[in-house]
Amino acid sequence: MSRFLDTFFNATVFERYLPAILRGMAVTVEVAVVVVITGILLGLALAIVRSFRVRIINGLIVVLVDMFRALPPMVLLLLVYFGLPNVGINVPSFAVLWLVLALVLAAFAEEIFWAGILSIPKGQWEAARSTGLSFLATLVHVVLPQAIRLTVPPLTNRTIAITKNTALGTVIGVGEILNQATAAQSFSGNATPLMMGAIAYLILFVPVVALGRFLETRFAWRRA
Amino acid sequence: MQALVDQFFNFAIMAQALPLILAGLRQTILICLIVVPLGLVGGLAVALLSLSPRRVVRWAAIAAIDFFRAIPPLVLLIFVYSGLPFAGIRTSPLTAVAIAFLLNTSSYYGEIYRAGIESVGAGQWDAARSTGLRAWQALLYVVLPQAVRNVLPDLVSNTVEVVKLTSIASVVALPELLYSADMARSVTFNSSPIVLAAAIYLAALWPIVRLISRLERRIAA
Repeated sequence: MSRFLDTFFNATVFERYLPAILRGMAVTVEVAVVVVITGILLGLALAIVRSFRVRIINGLIVVLVDMFRALPPMVLLLLVYFGLPNVGINVPSFAVLWLVLALVLAAFAEEIFWAGILSIPKGQWEAARSTGLSFLATLVHVVLPQAIRLTVPPLTNRTIAITKNTALGTVIGVGEILNQATAAQSFSGNATPLMMGAIAYLILFVPVVALGRFLETRFAWRRA
Repeated sequence: MQALVDQFFNFAIMAQALPLILAGLRQTILICLIVVPLGLVGGLAVALLSLSPRRVVRWAAIAAIDFFRAIPPLVLLIFVYSGLPFAGIRTSPLTAVAIAFLLNTSSYYGEIYRAGIESVGAGQWDAARSTGLRAWQALLYVVLPQAVRNVLPDLVSNTVEVVKLTSIASVVALPELLYSADMARSVTFNSSPIVLAAAIYLAALWPIVRLISRLERRIAA
């Protein structure tokens, strides 16, 4: 038992690597925040562009969105990280992680926002247009406020799942939690840093998962 | 432009890497064949526990689901693969991948089943039981078929996520599709093998992603 504690909950190791894990937490939060903001805004922008129903543009959006939904983020990460430098474009690993995760989130967010926009009955559009509102004004003031409400639970769950992918950054050397934890584990020859890493993720994500659960009951999505 | 084509769409290198990548594809399929069926069954078990009439069981199940939904699967995988040996439990990459992915994916499938079962009215249960069906019969023949139909898009979409998830097995040196492609990349200093792997993922998953969009729209309508 004491050997177990020594290996997984070693106080000396804990103290030595706490600063590193905390730094990792800061990096994870930084990546997560920029990914969530840029990803969701880009997804919303794409959904708005799509609602103008220009055939060629919509075809392009659907193809792009489908690709980013079908490809594993890890494949995209390796492709961008190792591929671009070879054609003379150097991007820091933090930016690669941001770019890839933001595009993946944007793709899923676009689908969710679009489904939300489609679920608003035609009568809402017609009523708004007949009062003299322009297409854009109808979209912004009438359709989107109702649509976005419907998208909250699925969007929250998807956002959480993609934000957890920040851990993939460790593969390309972004100093986030997992990266710090595995480095500390190999230096110390002790599993405590891994345990600390896991706990760090729990501290960051359990509240978010609980929030997602709350939102799901609060805004019922399909069968109201 | 030529440099770009050479770096990402070099067909000579793709042809060279093809046997290695196909071997990787077989491993990817093997992982999916282990994780998806077990995950579907494990998820159902988790869902039933999370709907248990006993409060302690229900809360324990929900806590476990949230725990595994909060931990990134890669963290879980590395913990199982390189943390557990410290406790004397040594696993092969495939076993580690199977354990980590099962814990992760059973929780997701569990949440989906739970939403499905909750969407079936309580009257269905009562009616089924009153005809003399046992609880498990009512579940299997009356409630589950309706529940699964209601959450089919989510079940399919989570299965796509499982297939995409297999790519992180490359981190523990399991020679699946992405690992093989990355091996070929590091030998040739050329990204074409990864583009080939991406094309294989796309060929397998794109039709399903399209299908999900259509299923979702049909239910929303």
